[in-house]
Amino acid sequence: MPLNAEAIAARLEETLGEQLVGKTVALNEVTIEVAPEDWVDVALRLRDESGLGFDTLIDLCGVDYSAYKEGAWEGARFAVVLHLLSVRKNHRVRVRAFCADDEMPMIASLVDVWPAANWFEREAFDLYGILFDGHPDLRRILTDYGFIGHPFRKDFPVSGHVEMRYDPELKRVVYEPVSIAPREVTPRIIREENYGETGRG
Amino acid sequence: MAEIRNYTLNFGPQHPAAHGVLRLVLELDGEVIERADPHIGLLHRGTEKLAETRTFLQSVPYMDRLDYMSMMMNEHAYCMAIERLLGVEVPIRAQYIRVMFDEITRIMNHLLWLGTHGLDIGAMTIFIYAFREREDLMDVYEAVTGARMHAAYYRPGGVYRDLPDSMPKYQPNRYKSAADCERLNAPRQGSLLDFVEDFTKRFPTCMDEYETLLTDNRIWKQRTVGIAVVDADRCKALGFTGPMLRGSGVAWDLRKMQPYAAYDKVDFEIPVGRTGDCYDRYLVRMEEMRQSNRIIAQCVDWLKKNPGPVITADHKVAPPSRESMKSNMEELIHHFKLFTEGMHVPEGEAYAAVEHSKGEFGVYLISDGANKPYRLKLRAPGFAHLAAMDEMARGLMIADVVAIIGTMDIVFGDIDR
Repeated sequence: MPLNAEAIAARLEETLGEQLVGKTVALNEVTIEVAPEDWVDVALRLRDESGLGFDTLIDLCGVDYSAYKEGAWEGARFAVVLHLLSVRKNHRVRVRAFCADDEMPMIASLVDVWPAANWFEREAFDLYGILFDGHPDLRRILTDYGFIGHPFRKDFPVSGHVEMRYDPELKRVVYEPVSIAPREVTPRIIREENYGETGRG
Repeated sequence: MAEIRNYTLNFGPQHPAAHGVLRLVLELDGEVIERADPHIGLLHRGTEKLAETRTFLQSVPYMDRLDYMSMMMNEHAYCMAIERLLGVEVPIRAQYIRVMFDEITRIMNHLLWLGTHGLDIGAMTIFIYAFREREDLMDVYEAVTGARMHAAYYRPGGVYRDLPDSMPKYQPNRYKSAADCERLNAPRQGSLLDFVEDFTKRFPTCMDEYETLLTDNRIWKQRTVGIAVVDADRCKALGFTGPMLRGSGVAWDLRKMQPYAAYDKVDFEIPVGRTGDCYDRYLVRMEEMRQSNRIIAQCVDWLKKNPGPVITADHKVAPPSRESMKSNMEELIHHFKLFTEGMHVPEGEAYAAVEHSKGEFGVYLISDGANKPYRLKLRAPGFAHLAAMDEMARGLMIADVVAIIGTMDIVFGDIDR
C-alpha cells in the first residue's frame, strides 16, 4: 500500500526546506508549490533524494486561473502542474509553480530531468502558450499546422476563430471566420455555501 | 562506389497500419531509420476544453470517446475523480460491477490489439479469431447499456443500472439459419451473468488457440524478438506505464499497488516480461487476458450472491428512481435540479488514476465549486508511449515501425483527446 500523504508531506518539507512555498494535504493527495526559479532544482531533488525517488513523470499540464471563481482570482494567471510518481517507493506528489509574467509565461524545461516531459511541455505550450526555457523542440503538437492562438486559455472561445471548408472553385481548403454564434446551454453557476439546505426559505 | 541516398518518408495519416490518424515523418538511411517524428493531433477534439463548458454528468459520454477501445475504463477514472472530490461512497455492488466491466474492457482492448498487431506484421488469421470472442463481449456491453461501444454506463456515485436478467437472442435471417441461431443462443438463455460466466469458461481455450497461432510461430518471433528493447530504468524515465513497463520486468500495476474499486478483494497476478522487447510485451498482454478472465469469474461469482444498490442514494449526485420521482415532490425537484443545473462539486483538486489497458490513465480535476469542472486534464498513457517513438525506432528497419506501433497499442482517441 502507498505511503500516507502526511508522511510524504513531512518528508518533502524536510528535504526541500526553504524552497517549499506552499503545501497542501487534501483527499490523501499532497500538493506542493514552488517558485518558478527553483523549478529544475526542486525537480532534480525530487528525483534524486533517496527518500523521495520520484522516477516517473506522470503528467505535466498548464492551467489558466484567470476565470477561477468567476474572476475572483488574484495572483499569477498561468500555472504549470506536475504529477510525479515513484514506482520504486509507490507514492505520488503534485507540484505547482505559477509563471511570473502573465503576458509571456515562462518556466524552465524539465526535459533533462525526465525525458517524458518533452511532449507534455509541447502540449502545454500549444494549448496555453507557456514557454519552456531550454526545451529542445518547442513546436505545436495537438493543433493544426499554422494554427493561431492558444485554444485552452479561458479567453479563447470554444467555437474558435476560424472554420475550414473545401472550396470547389479554388480546389483547395480555405479558412474563414466562424459563422456559428457561441451559446451556452447550461450556465456556469457557483452557489453560495449551504445552498439548498432545509430551513433557509 | 554505390550512390547512397537518404530519404524522408511520410507515413500516414491515412495508413492502415498507423492505427488511426498518425502521421510519421521518417528520415531514412537506406532502410534504417535515423529519426522518426510523429505528428499527432489530427484527432484533437479538445475534450478537456469541452468538458469545461458542460456539467459534470454531461461529460461522461466524452470519456468513452477518448480511448475508444477501452471505453468504460476512461469513465471509471473520471467518475473516481468526481467521487473523490464529492466524498461520495460507491456501493460495493457497483464497485464489483465496475471491476467486472473494467476487465471485460481490458480483454476487448487486448483482443483488438492482438488482432491488429498480428495483421500489421503479417499474421492474418489471428484477427478473425480475436474478433470472434470480442463480439461476445460487445454483446455484454450492449445488453447492459444499449450501446456496443460508447456505453456511458459508469456514473458518479455508481453505475447507471443493475445488470439485466436476460440476454438478447439471435433471430434466424437470410444469413443465419435456425440451427446457427440455436447454437449461438445456447449460452444466452439465462441472465447476463450466466452469459459472462459461460464466456469465462470458454475463454481460456480460446487463448490457447491464439497462442498456438503466434507464440511459437517462427515468423512472429522474427518480427518481434529483440525489437524495440527498452530497459526498466529508461521505461520509468520515459513515463511508460502498464504493459509497456511490465514488459521490461517492473512489477508495477495500480490494481495491486494502489488498489481502487474492489481490486483488493479479488485474486490475480501481475505478469512481467524479462527483456523489454516486442515479444515480451506480447506475452505480458496475453497473460493479462488470462488474469482478467480470472477476475471476471470471481466478480460474477460475487455478484450472483450479493444483490444490492448499484448507485449512491445521495440524490444531489445520482437521480432518484422514476417511481419515487413521480410520487414525491422533493425527489422531483432533485431530479430536475440534477439534470438542468447539475451537481456542484466542492472546490478543490483531485487526481484519480486507473490501470487502463494501455497504462496509467489519469484524470486531474480542478473544481472551483461550480456545476462544471474548472479544468480537466486527461493523462493518456499512449501519449507518453508515442513520445518515445523516436527513441525506440532509431536504428531499426522501416518494417519494424509497424511492429513498434503495434506493441505500443496506439489508439488515437486518447493521445489526441
